[in-house]
Formats: sequence, structure tokens, C-alpha cells
Amino acid sequence: MSSSIDAFAAEPMHDRVDEAAGRRIQGRSPTRLAWERLKRDRLAVVSGVVIVGLFLFAFVGAPILEAVTGHDPTTAYRDTGLTADGLPVGPSSEFWFGTDQLGRDLLVRIAYGARTSLLIGVVVTLFALVIGAVIGMVAGYYRGRTDTVISRMVDVMLGFPFLVTAIALVAVFQPSVWITAVVILLFIWAPVARIVRGQVLSLREREFIEAGHSLGASDSRIMYVDVLPNLVGPVIVYGTLLIPQVIVLESTLSFLGLGVVPPAATLGQMLGDVQNHSLYEAAPWMLYFPMLVLLLTTLAFNLLGDGLRDAFDPGSERTMAK
Amino acid sequence: MLRFLIRRILFGLLVLWIIATAVFFLFYVASPGDPARLFAGRQATEDTVAAVRHQLGLDRPLFAQYWDYLSGLLHWPPDLGTSFINQEPVLNTIVQRLPVSISIALGAAVLWLLIGIPIGVLAATRPRSLADRGATVIALAGLSMPTFVLGMLLFNLFFYQLTKAGYPIFPANEYVPLLENPIEWARHLFLAWLTLALVFAATYSRLTRGSLLEVLGEDYIRTARAKGMPERTVVYRHGLRSALIPIVTLFGLDLGALLGGTIVTEKIFGLPGLGALAVQSVFSQDLPVIMGTVLVTAFFVVVANIVVDMAYAILDPRVRLT
Repeated sequence: MSSSIDAFAAEPMHDRVDEAAGRRIQGRSPTRLAWERLKRDRLAVVSGVVIVGLFLFAFVGAPILEAVTGHDPTTAYRDTGLTADGLPVGPSSEFWFGTDQLGRDLLVRIAYGARTSLLIGVVVTLFALVIGAVIGMVAGYYRGRTDTVISRMVDVMLGFPFLVTAIALVAVFQPSVWITAVVILLFIWAPVARIVRGQVLSLREREFIEAGHSLGASDSRIMYVDVLPNLVGPVIVYGTLLIPQVIVLESTLSFLGLGVVPPAATLGQMLGDVQNHSLYEAAPWMLYFPMLVLLLTTLAFNLLGDGLRDAFDPGSERTMAK
Repeated sequence: MLRFLIRRILFGLLVLWIIATAVFFLFYVASPGDPARLFAGRQATEDTVAAVRHQLGLDRPLFAQYWDYLSGLLHWPPDLGTSFINQEPVLNTIVQRLPVSISIALGAAVLWLLIGIPIGVLAATRPRSLADRGATVIALAGLSMPTFVLGMLLFNLFFYQLTKAGYPIFPANEYVPLLENPIEWARHLFLAWLTLALVFAATYSRLTRGSLLEVLGEDYIRTARAKGMPERTVVYRHGLRSALIPIVTLFGLDLGALLGGTIVTEKIFGLPGLGALAVQSVFSQDLPVIMGTVLVTAFFVVVANIVVDMAYAILDPRVRLT
């Protein structure tokens, strides 16, 4: 997979003039080429549009919905939002997506819940990519003892059973958004480091790195100027596929009641409410609406990531993140 | 082979030691809560808490506590401490729960191999056909589906709706031991098996497809075909045999991770396994039980890693272990 990425990445892309035709040939960066291939992938484009739509829904739509419906996400509307028996009410002109077991507006909560999930997904992934890439680059570039220590550390991290350790950590520090984010980050930088290390190990044997050395460039300059640009493709692809994984982990912890704590809403926690209060039958809207938004999010990111992989690495088979 | 095995076991022990140490310091040093107060309960007076602290040995030097903890683990049977809640030895509680988690993991594993591998073979033998594309789409949808979402859907459909319609085929919220009544055992576990199997089958079908496609492109397969060997023999006897090697690796690791408890599945279907124990002890702040569960789960992961490396050498004559 790596070979075809760097095959063209390694070539210096200077503008040249084609003498015969007499016109300028534009050198295009690998990222640019990937972007142009991506634009032709219909499924990836649709996924991208869906993702933009989800962000608009969560970040712009949430306050608008709050203003239009006049319902804020944490207020329990006991008089209008619950039946006489204290059960949630179904979708109506007052509550478009119905209410939850406390009489809160489900639509407004879904919008704010999607905001929490997307925010955690993107921010935790960015941190994991930076930490993983730096550690992986150091391991792959310096090799030897540094590499052994880092690789063993990664092995140990991957040896931890995620969910059990995560809930143990949450138990020690009490659930909150911050603990959730930190716990997920603690686990997901390791596979990033492993992937980047592998890429750097093969990159550092290439001629253009040797050329850098022979020109007297420092290690940090070579890493920044020669190695890093070649990691852009794999890191973008892996990062896109990591976002849905982070969202699933956050949702799972919140579902168990060990992630984001009420009254703040997340999709996982809303689904956990259905399970904990056995509302499958009494309030199916509480199950299906949050579920649809969650699945749309993870599916869109997975499809986009899949398309990005093809775009950055056209020779590869279509494969997916596990 | 023997030297490799010894080295792998030593590294496994190192990993377990690191995890045990991390768990100890996390719970006894980094924890903002006071274990003695947790043990004594909220209403306890300062004197009681001090007495409990003395009784648990928490007023001794940290290193002495750590030493006792480690030497307890090295005993046979290992001493995992005493539960804060019911004063039972943690090991007994875990051993009681183990059959449930093992039943869930093994049943699910059989099912996902039966679903995943045939789909993968079908897709690989007819690449880019309708069946292949269909398998891809289903797998991608499966990979985007968090375990708890799938579990809730199956629970709603096959437990709630069927029971309501008067066909209680799959009961939930109970475990019947295999030796007591094998049929009831399977009926109670089937939905949990199906949930995990569908989640994992997506990955396995992808991996089988990719691996088999790669193998079918190799020279010895062309030789087999040139000899006039029937396609069925080529694919199943020659192709699949080496294509399954990476799958054995993944299978071992997945099974190892699952043996330590399937937190989400056990919660949804109300099965009293190790995962349910972990969640329950987090909510009751039962530190020794949480620590014990983490260690036992990590133990399964480490053992699975060693077994997988061994299996690798036995299955693939090309692998030499040094």
C-alpha cells in the first residue's frame, strides 16, 4: 500500500515547460492529485456532503432548533412533554421527534448530542494523529534502541483490553466529557504510531532522504521537509477512519453510563436511556432517531475514508478499516 | 521453537507485570478517592475509616503494599483481594462468572466464522460481481454499526417484539448453565451470539476476501490450475489453507479479548458474565473487583497473543521462529 503512495510523492514536482507543445505543465502535489480523484468518486462525495450536513445540523442547527421550538436541551417539560402516566410523548408539532423519559425535547437533544459526539470524534482524533505521528516518526527514523522502547510501549498499550480498562479509569476519576476524551486518546495514539513508524521505516531508505543527509540537512529538517509531506496521505486516510471509531467508543461509554454525564446529551447516552428504562415499546422514537443519526455519522465517515484511501492510493484494493 | 516460546512467555509476563503495576498505582495512588473510605461506606466515622485503613494495610508504606499485592498475584491460586461490597475473595466471584463469558465468546466465535469466511470466499472467487459488491456494502454497514446499536436492534426485534407477539423463542436476562440444560443454554445465549457474530463477521469476510484474493494470484495456484486440478480443490485445499493464516491470528486475538467479558452484550441481554461484573463494580466503586477484572482480561489477551504466535508457526511452514 505504501509503495504506490510514495512512488509519485517522492518525485520533486517542479513546474516545467514542455518545449514541443510550448505550454506550461503544472506540477501537481500528491494531495492535489488525490483531491481530483476523490471528486470523481460519487459515494465519497455524497458522504462528504452528509458529513458537512451533520456538522451544520449539530453546530448551526442546534441553537436554531432550540429557538424555533422554544425548547432547550436540558429542561424537562413535565406538563407538555409527558403523558398523564408519565410516559414520553411521540412526535408531534410541539415535539417534532417526541420526548424522552424526562419530557425533554428529543430533537434538540439529538442536535446537541451530535455536537458532543462530533466534537469528541474530531478533537480526540486530531490529538491522536499528532501524538501518534510524532512518536511513530521518532521510532521509525532513529530506529535502534529508541524504536525498540517505543514499539514495546505500543505493544503494551495494545495489550490493554480497551473497554474494561476504560471503565476502570472512568471509575477512578468519575465520568465526565474530559475523562472520556482522555481515556479514548490514551488508547488510540498507539495504532497511529505503529502505522506511521512502518511508513517512516520504508521512507528513510529512499534516495531523497539520503540526498538530504549528504547535503548536510539536520535530522529535524529532513523529518519536517522530506518525511512529513509523505505521511500526509496515510495520516489523512487513517484519521478519517479513526473519527467514527472514536465516536463509537464515546457512544459505547456513554451508553454504559460511563461517558458523557447527564444533563449534557450524547447519542450513546440517549440510547442507554432506552435500554435502562425499557422504553423499546413505549417510546420507539427514542430508539430510532438517535440511532439513525449515529449510524449516518459513522457510515459517512467510513465511506469517505474508504474513498480517500482509493484517492491517495489508486493501485490498492478497496479495503476498509476494521 | 522452544526458545521462542520461552521468550514470548517472558515478554507476556513483563506485559502483565506492567499492567498490574499500572492498575495498582492508578487505584491506590492516583485515585482521588480514598479506598478505605470507599470500603467503610459513606456514613462511617473517621475512627471507623482509620480502623479499616489499618485493617486493609493501607497505612503501611506504599512499597510494602505494592509488594504484598504482587506476591499475592504470584501465589497459586492467585490472591486478587477481597471485594469491598460482599467481602468475598475476588477470584471466586470472577471464577463464578467465567463460564458465562466463555459461553458467549465461544458460541459467537463459531457463528462469526460460519458467517464471515463463506461470504469472504464467495466474494473472492467472484471479484467485482454483484455478490462481491453486496458483501462489501453489508460489511461496511456492519463495520459502521456499534455493537450496542446492533444489540439493541436484535433485542428489540427478537426478544421484545417476538415475546409480545406470543412467541418467546429467545428469552433474555437469564443464564442457564450448559450442563444443566444445553438447549436452554443455547436459547438464552443465541441473541448475544448473533450480536457479536454479526459485528465480527463483517471484519472476517473482508479479511478472508483480501487474503484469498492475494493467495489466488500466486504462482503455486497457477501451477495447480495448470495441472488440471478442479477449481474447487484449488480454492479450498490450496488457496484457503494459506489464506486462513492471517485469519487465525486475528481470531486468536479477538477470542482472547472476548473471553475477558463482553461488556456491552452482557449488559443488553442481561447476562451475568465478567463484563457485567466490571460495570457493576464500577458503579458500586468496588476497587478490588475492578482491578481483578482488568487483570484477568489482560491475562486472556496476553495468552491469546502467545497462542497465536505459536499457531502461526505450526500452520505456516514458511514461518521460522527465532
